[in-house]
Amino acid sequence: MADRTVVVIGAGPAGLRAAEALVRGGVRPILIDEAERPGGQIYRQPPPGATRPPSALYGLEAKKAIAVHAILARLGEAIDYRPRTLAWNVSAQRLDTLGPKGPDALDFDRLVIASGAMDRVLPFSGWTLPGVFTLGAAQIAVKAQGVSIGRRVAFVGAGPLLPLVVHQYAKAGAEIVAALDVTPFSAKLKNAPAMLAQAATLAKGLWYTLRNALAGVTIRSDVRAIGVEGEGRVRGLWWRDAAGAEHRVACDAVGASFGLKCETQLADLAGCAFTFDAVTRQWVPRRDAAGRSSVEGVYLAGDGAGIGGADVAELQGERVALTVLEDLGKRIDAARVAELDRKLARQARFRGALERAYPYPAHLLDDVADSEIVCRCEGITAGTLRAAASARDAHEMNRLKAFTRIGMGRCQGRVCGLAAAEVLSRTLGKEVAAVGRLRGNPPVKPIPVGGFP
Amino acid sequence: MTERLAVDVAIIGGGTAACAAAVALREVGLTVAVLEKRLCGAGASGVNFGGVRQQGRHLDELPLARRARALWDDLNQRLGEDVEFEATGHIKLARSEADMAELERYAERARQHGLELTLLGANAVRDELPWIGPQVVGASLSPSDGQANPRVVGPAYARLARKRGAEIREFAPVHRAISTGAGFETEADGVTVTSRWLVNAAGAGAGVVASWFGERAPVASLMPNMLVTEPLPYFVPRSIGVCGGDVYVRQIRRGNVIFGGGHGWGDAELGLARPHSEESLGGMTRTVDIVPALATAHVIRMWSGLDGEMPDHIPVIGFSSTTRQLVHAFGFSGHGFQLGPVVGLIIAELIADGTTASPIAPFAIGRFAGWTGGTDASHGGIEH
Repeated sequence: MADRTVVVIGAGPAGLRAAEALVRGGVRPILIDEAERPGGQIYRQPPPGATRPPSALYGLEAKKAIAVHAILARLGEAIDYRPRTLAWNVSAQRLDTLGPKGPDALDFDRLVIASGAMDRVLPFSGWTLPGVFTLGAAQIAVKAQGVSIGRRVAFVGAGPLLPLVVHQYAKAGAEIVAALDVTPFSAKLKNAPAMLAQAATLAKGLWYTLRNALAGVTIRSDVRAIGVEGEGRVRGLWWRDAAGAEHRVACDAVGASFGLKCETQLADLAGCAFTFDAVTRQWVPRRDAAGRSSVEGVYLAGDGAGIGGADVAELQGERVALTVLEDLGKRIDAARVAELDRKLARQARFRGALERAYPYPAHLLDDVADSEIVCRCEGITAGTLRAAASARDAHEMNRLKAFTRIGMGRCQGRVCGLAAAEVLSRTLGKEVAAVGRLRGNPPVKPIPVGGFP
Repeated sequence: MTERLAVDVAIIGGGTAACAAAVALREVGLTVAVLEKRLCGAGASGVNFGGVRQQGRHLDELPLARRARALWDDLNQRLGEDVEFEATGHIKLARSEADMAELERYAERARQHGLELTLLGANAVRDELPWIGPQVVGASLSPSDGQANPRVVGPAYARLARKRGAEIREFAPVHRAISTGAGFETEADGVTVTSRWLVNAAGAGAGVVASWFGERAPVASLMPNMLVTEPLPYFVPRSIGVCGGDVYVRQIRRGNVIFGGGHGWGDAELGLARPHSEESLGGMTRTVDIVPALATAHVIRMWSGLDGEMPDHIPVIGFSSTTRQLVHAFGFSGHGFQLGPVVGLIIAELIADGTTASPIAPFAIGRFAGWTGGTDASHGGIEH
C-alpha cells in the first residue's frame, strides 16, 4: 500500500489541507503547485524577503493564512512538495508536469485536483485598455508585490471580493475614486437572512463595508452599464445607474471582474463529467459529497469544481483526503467525516445565499458593441462571433472556435470562453447551457517547445 | 419521430469529400442527403495539419492531387469563404545522403506526372531557410504546393451543399444500410433515407459500412498528434516535411507555428482522438532539431483527430465490387485534405456519368478482397 502514488495538485487551502490529512492517514502525497510558495491565490505569499506582515496582507484572514502556510513547514519530508511545477496534462493514470528540472510524468493511483479559481472577466467598453486589471490581479499586486495598480483607482465587481479589495486598497493608502457593484442591492437584502448561516463571514463582509465607508468609499450597487475611457491607457470610468443617469470619474487604473471562474481544465482533460451550474452560469466538473469525480481515482476539492471560498476549500481538502484514504482501504475517522459534512452543509447554505446575493451580471452582456474584443489573445470581436453564428451556422462553442479562433490563443478560452458562450447564446436566442463549452486540450498553460524553462 | 427522406443519393459521412460530392451532385440535378455522425467537416477533414501538398504522394495519387491542386486556386470564390489557401510551396528535407537519393528518384518520377520539383543542395536549402538545423543536407522544393485552414473548408462545402438544396443531417450517426434491390435504405439517428445510390464516405468507420455489403476493407484508426505555438514573427515561409515523415511544420500568416509529432490515442468506436503527451514531447524535440529557433516558443495547444488508414496508405475510391450503385471514398490515410475537393467531383462523376476522367483503378476496393491481415494502424511517420 505504501507505494501507491497519490498526487495533489494545488497548494492553496484545499490542496494543503488534503496533503495534511493524507499524511495523517499514512500516505506520503506528491503536492504539485505552480507558485513558488504555498498559499494559493487567496493566501498568496509575497516573495521571500518581503516585509509586510500577514496582518497587513490578509486583514481579517491573517490567522487562517498563517495556519495554512504553516502546514507545509510542519509536514516537512512527510510530503513530496514540488513548487514551481505546472501540471499540464492528465490522461488515463498519467500526469504530465513541467518544473524547474524540466518535463516529468507521474503515474498516479489517486489524483486530487485542487486547481482553484480565477477572476471572471466580461467584455465591456474599454476593458482591454492598459491599466484595466481584474480584482484578483489588483489584490495580488498589493499582497505579493506591495504595489497599487494606479494612483487614482476605480473598482468594479459582482461578488464579495469587491468590498475586500476596496478595503485593502484604502488601507494601503490608494485614492479610490469609485467602487461599483453591478449587482442589485435588493438581491443582497433578500438573501441576508440565509447568509446568517455563516454569521461570522457575513459580519466580516459588513465590517469591510463599514471600514470602507469610514474611509470615505461608498460602494454603489445596481450599476447597469460601465465603460473605461482613454487613448492607449485608462483615463476615466463611466457608468450608468439604475435611474439611467450617467456618471464619470477620472482615474488611471481600473480593477474590474465579475465573480470567479473555476479552473476546470485538468478535470476536463482527466475526462470528468461536467454539469452546468445555473446560478454562477458556468460548467463545473461533477463531484459527489465525498469529493469523487465521475472518473475513478480522480477527486475534486476547492474552488476548481465549484466556488465555495477559502473556508470551504479547507474543509473539502480534508474531506476529500479522507475519501482517498477510504478508497485506498484505510480506516478513517467516521466522526470526523460527519463533522466535516455538517460544516460543509452549513457553508453550502451560506454560499447559495451569497451567490444569489451577487447574481451573475448578465445584463452587462446584453449590448456588447460589435467592435468590442471578446477574445484578447486572438483579437476576436463580438461582431465576428455574431456573424459566425448567423451566417456560418456556428451553433455551439467548438464550431464557433473552429470558425473564428475564439479560445485558440494563449489562454485557450480560460478567460474568454464563458463570455463568448453568453454572446453566442444571445445571438442564437438559446440558453447559454445549450451552446456547450469549449473542449479542453493540453497543455493547461503554454509550455516551451524546448521543454525546459 | 423518425424523419423519412427519399433522394437520388445518400452519403454516409460529412467530411470534405462527402460535402463536395453533395455540391457537385446537386449541380447536375440529383437530390442528395448527407448523414454525418457529428458536425460536417469536424472530423479528419477539420483537424488535420492543413497541408495542400502534391510532393511526396504515392505516384498513383499524383494525378488526383494534380487535378485537386487546380481546384484550390478558385476555392475561395467557389465556397464564398476565405479558406486561407496560400501556395507557399512545400519543402521536403533530407537528413542523410540516402534521403537525398530518395528525393532525387522521386523528383524524376513526379516529373512524368507533370509535377516539377526543384532539388536543393545543403547551401541552397539554407538560402531558402537560413535557420534550418545542422543535420539537413538537402531538400526537394515543390513551389506549387501550399497550405490552408482545414477548420473552414469542410463546413463551407456543407453550407454550399445546403444552399444548393442538399439535405444535411448532423448528429445523425448511421446504424445500418441495406440494399433493397431498387436501391438502398439507410437508417441514422432520427432519419431514414431511401436512395438509388449510396456513397460510403465514413472515414474511420467506412470499413464497417463496407462490411454491410460483404466487402473487405481493412480500415485502421490513424490519429496524428499535432501541436501549435503561440504567434511568432513570420519566419517559416514554406510548408516543411522530412523524408521519413516524422516532422512536419508550417506557419500561418498570423504567426502560429503548427507542427506534428507522432500519434495520439483514442477510441475509434467513440470517435474519440486525443493528443498523447509522450508523443508530443518527442515531436517537440524532433521539430526543434529541424527548427532550432522554436526551442523557446511556447506550445499553446495539442490535439488529434481520427482518420481511416489503409494497409497500403492509399485510399479506396470507386464502385463497390459487390453492390451496384454503391460508391466508396475513404481511407485517405492521413493525407486526404488536399484531395477532398477532387474526390467530391469524382464521386459525382461516377454517379452521374458512370465513369471519371481521373485514373482511380489503383484505389479499387477489390484489392483487399483476399486480405487476411489485421487492421493495425501504422506507427511510423505521417507525411503531410
